[in-house]
Amino acid sequence: MELIFEKSRPGRRASSIPQCDVPEVSIDTVIDRELIRDNVDLPEVGELDLIRHYTSLSRRNFGVDVGFYPLGSCTMKYNPKINEDVARLAGFTSLHPYAPDQFSQGNLQLMYELQQYLSEIFGMADFTLQPSAGAHGELTGVMTIKKYFDKKGELRSQMLIPDAAHGTNPASGALCGFQAVTVRSNDEGGVDIDHLRELMTEDVAGLMLTNPNTLGLFERNIEDVATIIHGKGGFLYCDGANANAFLGQTRPGDLGFDVIQLNLHKTFSTPHGCGGPGSGPVGVVKDLVPHLPIPRIAERDGTYVLDYDYPDSIGRVRAFYGNFNVMVKAYAYIRSLGPEGLKRTSDMAVLNANYIKEKLKPYYDLPYDRICMHECVFTGRRQVKENNVHTSDIAKRLLDYGFHPPTIYFPMIVPEAIMVEPNETESRETLDAFCDAMIAIAKEAKENPELVKSAPHTTAVKRLDDVLAARKPDVCWCP
Amino acid sequence: MDYLPHTPNDLQEMMQTVGIEKLDDLFVDIPERYRLKKLLDVPPSLSEQEVAGLMTAMSMKNASVPITLTGAGAYHHYIPSVVGHVISRSEFYTAYTPYQAEISQGILQAIYEYQTMIARLTGMQVANASMYDGASAMAEAAVLAGKTLGRTKIVIIRSVHPEYRQVVSTYAWANGYDVVEVSCGASGRIDTEALAQAIDENTAAVLIQSPNFFGVIEDIASVEPMTHSKGAMLVSGFTDATSLGILKPAGEMGADIVVGEGQSFGNPMNYGGPYLGIFASTGKYLRKIPGRLAGATLDREGKRGFVLTLQTREQHIRREKATSNICSNEALCALAAGVYLVSLGKNLKTLAELNVRKTQYLKKKLAERTGWKVLFPGAVYNEFVMQCPDPGAVNKKLQDNGIIGGYELEKDYPELKNTLLLCATEMLSKDDLDLIVSIAAQ
Repeated sequence: MELIFEKSRPGRRASSIPQCDVPEVSIDTVIDRELIRDNVDLPEVGELDLIRHYTSLSRRNFGVDVGFYPLGSCTMKYNPKINEDVARLAGFTSLHPYAPDQFSQGNLQLMYELQQYLSEIFGMADFTLQPSAGAHGELTGVMTIKKYFDKKGELRSQMLIPDAAHGTNPASGALCGFQAVTVRSNDEGGVDIDHLRELMTEDVAGLMLTNPNTLGLFERNIEDVATIIHGKGGFLYCDGANANAFLGQTRPGDLGFDVIQLNLHKTFSTPHGCGGPGSGPVGVVKDLVPHLPIPRIAERDGTYVLDYDYPDSIGRVRAFYGNFNVMVKAYAYIRSLGPEGLKRTSDMAVLNANYIKEKLKPYYDLPYDRICMHECVFTGRRQVKENNVHTSDIAKRLLDYGFHPPTIYFPMIVPEAIMVEPNETESRETLDAFCDAMIAIAKEAKENPELVKSAPHTTAVKRLDDVLAARKPDVCWCP
Repeated sequence: MDYLPHTPNDLQEMMQTVGIEKLDDLFVDIPERYRLKKLLDVPPSLSEQEVAGLMTAMSMKNASVPITLTGAGAYHHYIPSVVGHVISRSEFYTAYTPYQAEISQGILQAIYEYQTMIARLTGMQVANASMYDGASAMAEAAVLAGKTLGRTKIVIIRSVHPEYRQVVSTYAWANGYDVVEVSCGASGRIDTEALAQAIDENTAAVLIQSPNFFGVIEDIASVEPMTHSKGAMLVSGFTDATSLGILKPAGEMGADIVVGEGQSFGNPMNYGGPYLGIFASTGKYLRKIPGRLAGATLDREGKRGFVLTLQTREQHIRREKATSNICSNEALCALAAGVYLVSLGKNLKTLAELNVRKTQYLKKKLAERTGWKVLFPGAVYNEFVMQCPDPGAVNKKLQDNGIIGGYELEKDYPELKNTLLLCATEMLSKDDLDLIVSIAAQ
């Protein structure tokens, strides 16, 4: 498809600017000529060209509204339309972030109440809504831990991270100056307790644990883990990427976690928008509350205010107060579901994952065959061994069947991993159709491996050359 | 209202397939004493109609503010109708990061086009797919410089947005870097002598902003030699992204990295977010740049297509050795920015000129009618600073008329007593401006 630049024709316009109703001062009398640019090199197209261009692009894109999207670790649930509508209310979208507090009572109340709901749902003392996404929340959470030890005058240099963790965990730890130390998994897919005990010293600030972990398994030894970490004065950090598994079932705060970052764009149904905007609130226990970012939102005699008076805060992790408009959608979602709906959401998310696990396990190997939480992880090693068909081939073949593939090659501790997260909003018919496609592909891998290896066959472009893209990077168009 | 489709019959049969008798059996791995025995204490479920009513009522607890005179990092601009229509296509907004390129060509191409337009506007060779916001983009640029050069000092000009400076400080503290703040001169511009003294062999980056927080346009070229002669990187920011439509790009004046807030490009003020961080650099840093990059390549039949490229820079591959931990970005906001820029095209310059003229008019009229002093009389884009006897009282008068007034600088700059930072965009008509002047002059 042509680029917008290739559709450009000198003189076309897709916009109109109001007539200048104030005196038309000559620009170079108010800005030195050498500070003014010569030309604005942007495409010149008509409005219909623009709309057809982006409509065509949208038709080359797959979203949850197009079809099943079982992308593990990403919680691609349905994004309710009412949440989009209410987030577009002018009262929410049009306010300047520096509007005086008395002008923004609705926004502040919404944020204050959302913090309270999240504190209740996850059993934390308080939440900040400032971080823009999950990884940003991780960074913020780890910073609060770092600040805690700074204030105590204690120097701790290490952060423990399980080998199954998301890459953001070690990267977030490193951005806070911690050395990332890897904890092994045991043969049940949980934390190797002996290894943890061996690594945990008074030089360790904490453990960043995803629970349920990236294998979709709940950490059965969570009490031991918490005891070991707390025993040496460390903090237990919960990567909440997988929070969809336990809403209303258990609370990280009760399990001994001290910090949790959420992904509102996963668990609380705000759309992913092709990779953002997200929102990554961070909840902490009482000891860490003084270190949360400023400003905090406070309620005084029924009036909501922005409170900057937290001298031990880590400061700010971004400008203003966070991705407010994303919070509006998450708030509306929680109010729609209520307590029964939240619990039922996790019930169904976990049931659906186990259903797929059971239906597919005769065809794909399971590295850990036990009850899973909201996602299940297969390995494609049988297909590689028998027919040299790789997980990436299976994923590409799924495109021909009209499904978005699962997450692949993650977690890294599972070779040829296929990580399926079906979500609670999918019907049984959809789950069955997906399983049928996976079973058909397993059969094709045996009978006609070339068909799978050369997939996809039905997409707008065929399999793309990643190696070429990296070897000769072309990230900006030159005519 | 929930969004759960299973019928009682589905449930029964599915539980049978899974081999459980009751749903609780799914959660056997959670130690029994930590299983919640009662429902969460959050408000009861509501129907869609009730949610719509609740949220509308909540939005109306905010004041309806037709006139906003504050810029200071978030700008009120007209958003062409096409922007909302494009980003409401649910093929875009309900998709994840385009890891599966063959069914994500839409967003990949749109981001590639966005990157190209941003590179052109900033005068850089490469731009990424977006950062969280302007402030975190600047902080990440500082970290990139520190890691690349193995240096630990960040020099920042005091005329950079106060919240950006706070974010840089937070990131620098976490990485063990020192931040040295350099005052600006009496003109509101960079004090080049003071800056030159602050830069040394341990300086990783010099962070500036033009237009700066006071709206003043800096002479970026004058900072380049003193930065590069010490081997440091020049990171140049901006305030209102529409200024890129008229000002000479920082890339043409020696900046190594250009960062800034892209909200002005088609994104509403939204009480502070979501916005998008613009991040562009010279080709030299292509393999160091944080965040996602869409790149062109070929498919098996030799047809052009797009993928996320150079992913070995990123945390999911490089883990603790990655430049940044960023994963999700602000893709949909970047899509909005791309549509905005295509819509504006060459009109971006006309729009920027309109902003300049409105600003000149307001500045002149206020000075004439109130006797307030224009604090920094040099070149500005669409913001300027005025000194007046009682900024709080002025803002109060404006608020009483439903107008968000100026930004009171004294809270961040104790040295700038009794000052207001004011912003005039195309959203203010001459009548609005005259009204503001008459209220201020009362």
